This record gives sequence, C-alpha cells and structure tokens, in this order.
Amino acid sequence: MATITLFINNHPYTCDAGNSVAGAIAQAHQQLVTTRQSVHGMPRTAVCGMGICFECRVTINGVAHQLACQTLVAAGMQVTYGEAADA
Amino acid sequence: MSQSHVIIIGGGIVGTACAQRLAATGWRVTLIERDTIGSGATAAGMGQVVALDDSPAEFALTADSQRRWHALGQANPLVHEYTPCGTIWVASDDEELAMAAAKVANYHAAGLHAELLDAAALYRHEPNLRPGLPGGLRIAGDAVVYPSRSADWLWQQTGGTLIHAQVSAIQAGGVTLADGRHLSADAVVLATGSRARDLVPALPIRPKKGHLVITDRYPGFIHHQVAEMGYVKNAHLADVDSVAFNVQPRATGQILIGSCRQYDIHTPEVDPVMLGQMLQRCLEFMPALANLSSLRVWTGYRAATPDGQPLIGPHPQQPGLWLATGHEGLGITTSLGTADLLAALMNHTTPAIDPTPYLPSRFFPAT
Repeated sequence: MATITLFINNHPYTCDAGNSVAGAIAQAHQQLVTTRQSVHGMPRTAVCGMGICFECRVTINGVAHQLACQTLVAAGMQVTYGEAADA
Repeated sequence: MSQSHVIIIGGGIVGTACAQRLAATGWRVTLIERDTIGSGATAAGMGQVVALDDSPAEFALTADSQRRWHALGQANPLVHEYTPCGTIWVASDDEELAMAAAKVANYHAAGLHAELLDAAALYRHEPNLRPGLPGGLRIAGDAVVYPSRSADWLWQQTGGTLIHAQVSAIQAGGVTLADGRHLSADAVVLATGSRARDLVPALPIRPKKGHLVITDRYPGFIHHQVAEMGYVKNAHLADVDSVAFNVQPRATGQILIGSCRQYDIHTPEVDPVMLGQMLQRCLEFMPALANLSSLRVWTGYRAATPDGQPLIGPHPQQPGLWLATGHEGLGITTSLGTADLLAALMNHTTPAIDPTPYLPSRFFPAT
C-alpha cells in the first residue's frame, strides 16, 4: 500500500495512506495519548473511533475541533494537539 | 401597614427584573412560572446588551438599560457572565459607512461611547470578516450576559414566593390557576413574552420565531458581538421572513450564530431552509465560520409589537393589570430599564426615562 508523510505535533510520521488521523496518532506513539483536555482540564483521547463521542478532536491544518477518527491522513497534513495546538 | 402584594406571571428576564425592582420598593412578590425561571425566550436568545439608536424611544430604553447592566455586571461579573466585549456594526458599503458616521454623533450626544472604524481598524478588531468591507461602528459599552442565570439571580434578591403553575385567567384582584386555585393580589403583572395573548387576547403581540446555532469552543475567533448594519432594517422593520448576520462570542469561547425572523410560525421545529439562509448570510460576512463545528441548533419566540416598542405600564381597560411584554429581540437588554419604568409607574414615582412611548394605552382607542 502507498505511504504518505504527515506531521504530528510538528514531527514527520510516515504511515499507510487510508489511515485515519486517530489511527496515525496511536501508531506513532504506540500508547494512549491525551489529544485534548476537557473544560475542567481532564485528559481526553479517541474512544469510539466512529465519530460519535467527539473525544478525538484535534487541530488539522490550523482548524480546531476536527474529528481525528473521521479524517483520513494526507501528505503534508499538519495535525496538532495539546500544547502544540495552543501555540 | 401591610405590604401591597403583586403577582407576576412569567419568570423570564423581564418578569424577574420587575420582581426585583418591586420587591426593592416594598412590594410583597409572588411569581408564577409554568416551567423554570429563565426558560422560554430568556434561554433561547443571545443574551446581548446593546444600545440601539434607531428610534428615540428605542435609544432611551436601551441606553438606560445598558448602563444598568454595566452596574449589575461590574458588581457580579461571574453571576451574570458579564462580558463587556462591545458590538461592531459592519457597514457593507459606503452608504452604510456614512450612516455609521451619523450614528457616532447620536451616541455621543447621549453620553455613550461610539467609534467609527475605517477598514484597517475594522480588520484589526475582527480579522475573520471577509475582505473588502469599508468599515463599521464600534459601541464599546455593549456587553454579553448569560440571561437565565441573571433571571435566577434577580429572583433570588426578592425574598418572594415562587409558584410553579399555569395561569388560566386574570381577574380584577387576582388570578386563577389551571388547577382551580384562586390567588388574590393588589396588582398583577403580565410578563409572558410572546404568550401574553393566551391570557389577554386583545394585546397587539405576534410571536416572531428565531433560530440560533452554537459552535464548539474557538477562543479568539471573534472579539466583539459582530452584526451587519442592515440588521435593524432586515430584522426589525420587515414584516416578512428575514435573516441578518449576527455573531457573538461567549465566555467559553463558543460562538452564537444568528439571526432570523419568521412571523406566524407556531411550531418550534428547526426549519432547515430558514437555517440554511441564515448561515448563508453569515458566511457572506464571515466565510471562516464554515470551518467551525456547530453543536446545537434551537428556536425561540420573540414578542413583537406593531411599532417595535414594548408594552410597559397599566392595561388601559383592566384596572390592576400591568403589562411588561412585547420586547421583541431586545428583552435581555431592556429588562432592567423596563423594571425601573414599571416599578415607578406602579409606585407613582418618577422613572429614569419618559414612559410615554411604551405605554400600552397607545394601542387602545381613547374611551
């Protein structure tokens, strides 16, 4: 399968095209990562993987609150979350 | 001497503001609310505090109310989520910019801040507006509040009695509830907004339906309430369905998106065609809104009168019945000024502004 390179919090990561952004984040870290914080500062990460829970929201190409599980990776895509998204 | 007793029907922002003023001036207050305090139009609206100069009567009441909200908000900013973000009225063309320049003089004459913005200043304040706009008008004293919480707070100040019930009739000297109970009072205040005709069918009130959208949190996307200068022309005067660009930053970073107006629609469903027209109008002024995700859409009803001014004062044909309704889209703003006017009229004292333009008697033939 063809691969693409995107940027996750400014680090290049190469994965199969056809991956979801949530999948790419999980592969890149090999563990659960906090992709956002609730209003009261509680950690959140992708849970349902099917666009229902809204817990996987990240900033994609500068647009906040995109669903990582419902967005396919693309070459050159900039995905940010946590402190990188606030910067 | 025993206290005079007033029954207020309707626990929205207008009813609770009147309750607070009447309690503060010595009345014993009973509030009758069919749902919860601050539900209805109070919860459905944007929570805007705006001084509008489109007619002398509207300007007097909104300017007086803007000052009252400022005092209340400064004293308790957390309770009211009072955010003095100001309003920017966006001019679409040079003709509207000339109108804005004329308005600056009007606001200054009333002792209010107003600032004409050229294009550079407009984009410095609100960079997400579409390119090519000539400028606008900035009213720094305008604000945003959380009206349901304010209504609850105003009611808490009264020490009055709250009755959750539906009123079925108003008589001389009291009201009858749907469960058959009769409550007596020295005065009755009707503050049920667009539903006022349920109890007084002859009132010149028509419900005007509106839709609002709220987005996820995008802090800094806008900094002011931003609306098109054509808002009043499009929204208040027209007798047909209308849409107008009007967005507002909430304290959470969320954005409220409005507005639209429809007469004589009596069902609360979201109308996708109307919603689409409203959002299209907003995108014409602020294309980047298309990138934001919305969380919820809902509707509500404004209480519109034929001349656009509220009904504040005695019902000319029903002694003991006082009206505080018909505030159209300005009920949050004008609730505090309304309460001062109504309490002064009921107490035979001098109100802060001339009550004449708002007296219900203007719609009743002299007898």
